[in-house]
Amino acid sequence: MSILVFADHDNSDLKVDTLKTVAAAQAIGGDIHLLVAGANCQSVAEQAAKINGVSKVLVADNAAFEHQLAENVSLLVTELASDYEHILATALTTGKNFMPRVAALLDVAQISDIIAVESADTFIRPIYAGNAIATVQSLDSKKVITVRPTGFDAVALDGQAEVVAVDTVTDAGTSSHVSDEVSVSERPDLGAASVVISGGRGMQNGDNFKLLEGIADKLGAAIGASRAAVDAGFVPNDMQVGQTGKIVAPDLYIAVGISGAIQHLAGMKDSKIIVAINKDAEAPIFQVADYGIVADLFDALPELESKL
Amino acid sequence: MKILVPIKRVIDYNVKVRVKSDNSNVDLANVKMAINPFCEIAVEEAVRLKEAGTATEVIAVSIGNKSCQEQLRTALALGADRAIQIDTEQNLDALNIAKLLQKIVEEEAPQLVILGKQSIDSDNNQTGQMLAALTGLAQGTFASEVKVEGDKVNVTREVDSGLQTVSLNLPAIITSDLRLNEPRYASLPNIMKAKRKPLDVKSAADFGIDLSPRTTLLKVTPPAERQAGIIVESIDELVEKLKNEAKVIS
Repeated sequence: MSILVFADHDNSDLKVDTLKTVAAAQAIGGDIHLLVAGANCQSVAEQAAKINGVSKVLVADNAAFEHQLAENVSLLVTELASDYEHILATALTTGKNFMPRVAALLDVAQISDIIAVESADTFIRPIYAGNAIATVQSLDSKKVITVRPTGFDAVALDGQAEVVAVDTVTDAGTSSHVSDEVSVSERPDLGAASVVISGGRGMQNGDNFKLLEGIADKLGAAIGASRAAVDAGFVPNDMQVGQTGKIVAPDLYIAVGISGAIQHLAGMKDSKIIVAINKDAEAPIFQVADYGIVADLFDALPELESKL
Repeated sequence: MKILVPIKRVIDYNVKVRVKSDNSNVDLANVKMAINPFCEIAVEEAVRLKEAGTATEVIAVSIGNKSCQEQLRTALALGADRAIQIDTEQNLDALNIAKLLQKIVEEEAPQLVILGKQSIDSDNNQTGQMLAALTGLAQGTFASEVKVEGDKVNVTREVDSGLQTVSLNLPAIITSDLRLNEPRYASLPNIMKAKRKPLDVKSAADFGIDLSPRTTLLKVTPPAERQAGIIVESIDELVEKLKNEAKVIS
């Protein structure tokens, strides 16, 4: 029984969340191969070869895969699929984009966003914004699965896998990449940070997010936002934490001026410690917070920064 | 150009669901239902394309029993021209939904299909991509901007690193993200008008597709509840607790 894990990367670095998806593969059990599809992505292949428990790294290095367009990548994975019983990708925007295509091309269901493995055909996943947890059994012979990174602990980088080039080039020719608008930040990635501080509508405008930066610097934190803050244009979309944005589970999550809609809670309620700063004592965020402080954030944030 | 908009009837996004005591599923009895928010955004985008003169007709389609006609009427009130209900009592997997939609795409030959990126009940985020694969069309998922230019459509997508713009050959499949637009409210005259717009009913069984389930829902349980914490009185107390009690900062 073999498992193919799709590596998430940007052609130069392997995303650490891939190590969590490999952990899910290990929980299923079997020979684990990793697929690195990209262009000029040899450095990713080298990093991938060190992942614990991976026996083989398949590298499809071709211009057709540079931007991991769903049309092209799904054809590649489908061609490779015959050797595998399970195909896994991380439930990040790349995996969410192409994996359902793979499932449809293979004529099987996809099990999305699993947070635990019950057995080789049974998986646990949140539904209704995490307000219910479903145990789902796949009835298909092949299992196409996306893995929510917060559900698994990253495996170590102490392995030594064989690296094999894949010559298959699949270019559907129906789509092309135009441009990227990448948010550049010196701070840790939202999904990987051990501390996250997020601002909501209460921040009032984008400039006020600077109040979070001093605290983030002192704590080595990533900065996130609620949907309300993103919709209002305070900050870009890649900062959104929630049901349909990024799912985080850091050691410490500080929610500032966030009321705590269920859609936001769905993205952060598995954090180890939650702190809420809000001037409304009735805000639902206090029902999930370990430590709450009822205060005006414009007073509380400068004081917090000075005392860290 | 024709635009097809598949929509789903789901629990209203403001309602907090409860799990049934026998753990068989969530309890939807007497719960307020609505059009899935992402589907509503998809309808709005299609209607705007029609208002801009890009599209000529907007067709809403929903798969479910008679009750989903309520959501189809909502789509008609928002500006869709006609609606199709694919009637079934079965709770279908996304793959089977995509297979039924594929048949409608073959019948109607739309230039664009706009769907919501995910439904807020099953949170699968699959149907649009599966439909794109089955029809062999290009896809622009998680769209925050859609621009039709000649025989192509440029779609700006919300991705983990920021925004990505792709160019797709038409016909194409698009799934909407939150920032694509802000849906309008249906006016009372439009709600009245929607009642007279055409709504076709087709039986799912008539499409000749094997709709047998691909997954079994074994059980549904409530999530682990977080213990409500404490309210601290000062920033000093907060910092002290984080350092010495929670030990998450040093």
